[in-house]
Amino acid sequence: MDWVNAIVQGTLLGGLYALFAAGLSLIFGVMRLVNIAHGDLIVMAAYLGLTVTATVGLHPLAALAIVVPAMALIGYVLQRGLLNQTLGEDLLPPLLVTFGLSVILQNGLLEVYTADPQKMDAGALETASIAMGGLTLGVLPVLTFAIAVAVIWALQWTFYHTAVGRAFRAVSDNQDIAQLMGLNRRHVFGLAMALALGVTAIAGILLGIRTSFDPSIGGGRLIFGFEAVIIGGLGNLWGTLAGGVILGIAQTVGAKIDPGFQILAGHLAFLIILAIRPNGLFPRIAA
Amino acid sequence: MVPPLFPSEDGMTAILRLDHLSKSFGAVTVADALSYEVAQGEALGVIGPNGAGKTSMFNLITGTFGPDNGRVFFDGKDITNMSAAKRSHAGIARSFQVPQPFSGMTVFENAMIAATQSAGLHGHEAERFCLEVLEQTELLPKANVLAGSLTLLERKRLEMTRALCAKPKLLLLDEIAGGLTEAECKFLVQTIKDIHASGVAIIWIEHVVHALMAVVDRLIVIDFGKKIAEGEPQKIMESPEVKEIYLGIEADA
Repeated sequence: MDWVNAIVQGTLLGGLYALFAAGLSLIFGVMRLVNIAHGDLIVMAAYLGLTVTATVGLHPLAALAIVVPAMALIGYVLQRGLLNQTLGEDLLPPLLVTFGLSVILQNGLLEVYTADPQKMDAGALETASIAMGGLTLGVLPVLTFAIAVAVIWALQWTFYHTAVGRAFRAVSDNQDIAQLMGLNRRHVFGLAMALALGVTAIAGILLGIRTSFDPSIGGGRLIFGFEAVIIGGLGNLWGTLAGGVILGIAQTVGAKIDPGFQILAGHLAFLIILAIRPNGLFPRIAA
Repeated sequence: MVPPLFPSEDGMTAILRLDHLSKSFGAVTVADALSYEVAQGEALGVIGPNGAGKTSMFNLITGTFGPDNGRVFFDGKDITNMSAAKRSHAGIARSFQVPQPFSGMTVFENAMIAATQSAGLHGHEAERFCLEVLEQTELLPKANVLAGSLTLLERKRLEMTRALCAKPKLLLLDEIAGGLTEAECKFLVQTIKDIHASGVAIIWIEHVVHALMAVVDRLIVIDFGKKIAEGEPQKIMESPEVKEIYLGIEADA
């Protein structure tokens, strides 16, 4: 039963990793941009949530109503103001610029919020649990997983059933032709980054409720996000969810074997999958 | 409607005017002080040997790249510095010699991009319009197929479909008849005639000269980025310098 428990808890943890990864996957899919600052943007969202809960006195989940639009706006401005200028044939400039952005964000957060670990107070939600067939599930992890599924579903639906999703796919398919069809790619990229950081805001708040955070943890979240994307296969959002779940299970099962083995077990699972299936488990089938 | 063969110099009747356009890539000149006008609703044919700068001329008109010198006027406005996306909104649409669909999207979605972005249609209106155009270009049975899985003929039809869904004032066709059978070519010529009859101005680059001659009102000949002849199609085709170039084209076709 302990093992079943580890797998179930790992699955739920995978929901959070999928949320870390969804924005990363979306951005790479639409504009081939590898955003090194993604983890720090998650942490920034958590701090924004902290500020909102502390000043307005909102429950962290209610703070989403403010943090999600705020992060989306930051995403649009960041893309149009900075990242669009780095995009081109060469993949290196966006890597370097987002790496620089990561350093700036970390130090900015350190300056404003200090290095003290912080945590958001979600009251009874944090400790609430439900018993299910001999297992005890935390309400927060279950909620996180449900939100992850809902977010992935919503992104998938947006991509395939809305005009803006069609624009994302057209620009992703062939930027030059999309321009000739009247799509302004700079604006479309801005919208994609806005959507990605909106999702990042949800990830940041859920992270901040679940564990304590400080300005330095962005890198780790970035790695988990990357691993989930790669395990699942690039360009496949449901694959990203599966990747997050596999990573989560590897970590909780690893922790079950030896508590110090948790993070390493996740990375090992990633490396094994990368060695066997370099394109991930569910790569998007090339047309 | 018979458009004027030689539109006035003041540009009043011209939908498009190129004014001494020049463009070089290093030592290669693709446009050399190129000037001409296209009247509202006129169909202009363009011929010239491979590498003469015909496709580059289209790139200059659609804004894929800008000229080194000269200006482009469309619908009475100077569009020389306008982005490709804005030119598309203004009413310029193009089909490519090598079809370039959004291969990961369905035929219908390809059409919808043009209808919602270029033509600015919305919702059901856009969907209905796309279905109409797909019917016209006989792609309706393939509407839900991924564009990447289409045959060459179907891809060419999709190029045409996308261009039409943009509701253009000026349609640029780049060697759309190449590689088609006689029957397919006939159908294509009829489709282009219908588009022309609806009042859309057309510039058509084509090596399949009999298809071109069936549609265009006027012909220009381009070589080394320069306009070397311009006028009534039959006369132009019979001129000695064109015959020479035309034979060259036949040799490598």
